[in-house]
Amino acid sequence: MHTENTAPGGRVRAAAAAWLGGCAAAWLAAPALAYEPASAAPGRINDPAAGWDHLWHEVIVDITIIGVLFALVMAWFLWRYRARKPGEVGTQSKLSPAAVIGWAVIPTFIFMADDFYLAANGWKLWNDYRDVPADRMEVKLESGMYSWDYTYANGVRTQNVLRVPAGKPVMLRMTSRDTLHSHFIPDFRVKEDSMPGRVTYLWFYPKAPGEHVVSCAEYCGVMHSYMAGKIIVMPEGEFKTWLDQEVAKLAPADKAVDKSAEQTADKPANPPV
Amino acid sequence: MSFNIKEWIFTTDHKRVGVLYLIGSIAAFGVAGIAAMLMRIELSTLGPTITTNPTQYNVWLYAHGAVMILGFQIPALTGFFANYCIPLMIGAKDVAFPRVNALSVWLFYVGIILALLTFVVPDPPDVMWTGYPPYSTITTGNTALYSFTVLILGFASIIGGVNFLTTVAYMRAPGLKWSNLNIFVWCTLGAFVLQLIFVPVLGTAVTLISFDKYLGTHFFDPSRGGDVLTYQNLFWFYSHPAVYVIFLPFIGVVYEIVATFAKNRVFNHKVVLWGGIGGIVILSGEVWVHHLYVSGMADWIRIGQMVTTLLISIPVGLLVISLAGTLYKGSITFETPMLYALGVLFLFLIGGLTGIPLALTSLTLHLSDTYYVVGHFHYVMAVAGTFAIFGGVYYWFPKITGRMYNERWGKIGFWLTFVGVNIVFWIMMTVGVKGMPRRYYDYSAFPQFESAHQWMTFGAAILGVGFVIAVANWIIGARKGAPAGDNPWRSQSLEWTTVSPPPHGNWPSPPSVDPDWTPYSYERR
Repeated sequence: MHTENTAPGGRVRAAAAAWLGGCAAAWLAAPALAYEPASAAPGRINDPAAGWDHLWHEVIVDITIIGVLFALVMAWFLWRYRARKPGEVGTQSKLSPAAVIGWAVIPTFIFMADDFYLAANGWKLWNDYRDVPADRMEVKLESGMYSWDYTYANGVRTQNVLRVPAGKPVMLRMTSRDTLHSHFIPDFRVKEDSMPGRVTYLWFYPKAPGEHVVSCAEYCGVMHSYMAGKIIVMPEGEFKTWLDQEVAKLAPADKAVDKSAEQTADKPANPPV
Repeated sequence: MSFNIKEWIFTTDHKRVGVLYLIGSIAAFGVAGIAAMLMRIELSTLGPTITTNPTQYNVWLYAHGAVMILGFQIPALTGFFANYCIPLMIGAKDVAFPRVNALSVWLFYVGIILALLTFVVPDPPDVMWTGYPPYSTITTGNTALYSFTVLILGFASIIGGVNFLTTVAYMRAPGLKWSNLNIFVWCTLGAFVLQLIFVPVLGTAVTLISFDKYLGTHFFDPSRGGDVLTYQNLFWFYSHPAVYVIFLPFIGVVYEIVATFAKNRVFNHKVVLWGGIGGIVILSGEVWVHHLYVSGMADWIRIGQMVTTLLISIPVGLLVISLAGTLYKGSITFETPMLYALGVLFLFLIGGLTGIPLALTSLTLHLSDTYYVVGHFHYVMAVAGTFAIFGGVYYWFPKITGRMYNERWGKIGFWLTFVGVNIVFWIMMTVGVKGMPRRYYDYSAFPQFESAHQWMTFGAAILGVGFVIAVANWIIGARKGAPAGDNPWRSQSLEWTTVSPPPHGNWPSPPSVDPDWTPYSYERR
């Protein structure tokens, strides 16, 4: 049954070598294909949300092709090799040693090439998510059961509503006063947990005025599902007017606020950015 | 043959121990399934539907997750199937330590009773099956019940693991080589190796949260020098391998069914053992951080484990190729067990591929903790595993009971369940991508998903009916089914060479096999 592998051994080996060579080349080339030289024209901002949509689309096409191929092959086998008469048995012969190795190594290289290609793309997008543009607005966030408490750089505080100017990257430095929470903004394709004792961060790029839902994505307690907030993106001028008003409101109560602001200020260490 | 309850409780016969595991885990499946139905009904309208108390919903959610994983899937796969099939597949009279085996099933019952106390005690745990601190250390819910459930079931599993590793090492029939063991045996041994390595880590984690909550320690309390992330690392260091503790035996069951109903040799047998199963065992401990992609871990480890997570596709891909290859040039029939096995292949294909976006750290920043994740892991592990369990029970049903189930109702039950799960979990993934967060009692912030939730509830009702039909089919078949004969599927595997049901001691005279025999050599006949 398994003698045919010996005669044309040379040809099998040559074919296997060619396959392997091709796969190895694809494997090595894959990350290179994914790599794009840093588009670091100064001032250009890579919006992670747009990058997310792009990569998601790419991955969905990738897995759909694999899935449909597998499903079609299997459906064909099920139809072609259905039992025709009772008492029949399968007739698959034992694989030759070359075929055993081929069926292990070739799929491995193909999967690996795809893995590394996706990993390279994923890593590139990851850098966009984690490298915060220098020209940004920073807001501190303390989460608690069950509210999002934002503190702007000038001491203005809001709860559950974060107003930001359009066209400027916004960075949140986050911590929590009780349990785990996760500041999730579906429209900006980003979330990160906040927790007591550590400071985490995320950033997003609000380009146009509008409203966006904020929800808690990490189970934090009984009222987890009610921990909703809102991000309101305002035209830059309007935002400035609003912030000035808030600062003005703040002035009379300055003394009292100062104290608690100091307390929150010295708690978290600086995150590695 | 009269029924004697004492004989069952104090049994040391691996087959009876196995059946006890099956009964307990199917009962747990029923309870956890009812919890899931209650949640689906609750979510069928925006705002409160059948309870106005979010804690009630959170308790159902906790019970559904903890009981399905710890009380149903792991015990059914490594308790029932391992107990019933391994000694028969290797031609042994029983396991190496029959009394230890009895102890493990007793502990299992203690464990599921503890888990089911959730529905009785006044302060049920509401910490999800993950039990993350700080919430688990400050909640008014009963975290200790969670800790002890995990510890007892973990202990049962460890002693089971020691027992089966010894059994396979020392009690194989004369002439039966390691490389000719059934793939199910290999898979289950892989799962037990993982249990022995990783369960103690989970035990540590849940013990420490109870210490923190009840004894005043501060392992996870940052205000006293603890760290909340430590728990998440410990927990997932076990709980990701736990996915493979479920996956390996269930894919092993699928192999047995597919090879038998294709009447064919397993495609690329050696590569399945060393590349597929071995690869998964080796990689399983290096990918846990993909559960922590958004939890504030250091960037370098999130990227590093993105690569190891993607590499899991290689052993898994080899297994799927081999399963498809086993159909090639086969002689395939489509009885109920085969339908379930093919259902597993389909569900696992979708579940595995939808895991690839989740392997990418950057895509997970959006997808993590949404319904996409829930849909994905139900496809890949929860439902695929459950289908394998149901298919496996149907497959070995004639061996266990000596009788045949009703084929027609078996198929009806399968198709209802199959259609139901695809409605529920496909829709679940699509709303997840659009931002629906998981573990929500009330999704008022996302009113646009209400109709999707109603469709999911509809799908859940269909799949529930399918499962009820299957279990009813077994109960009726076990009592009134037609005699099945010793080997109704004409399988080559050793467990089918003895009578059905096998007597105490399994074989009238101990079997031995030729050195070139394998459980899948159909062509030689």
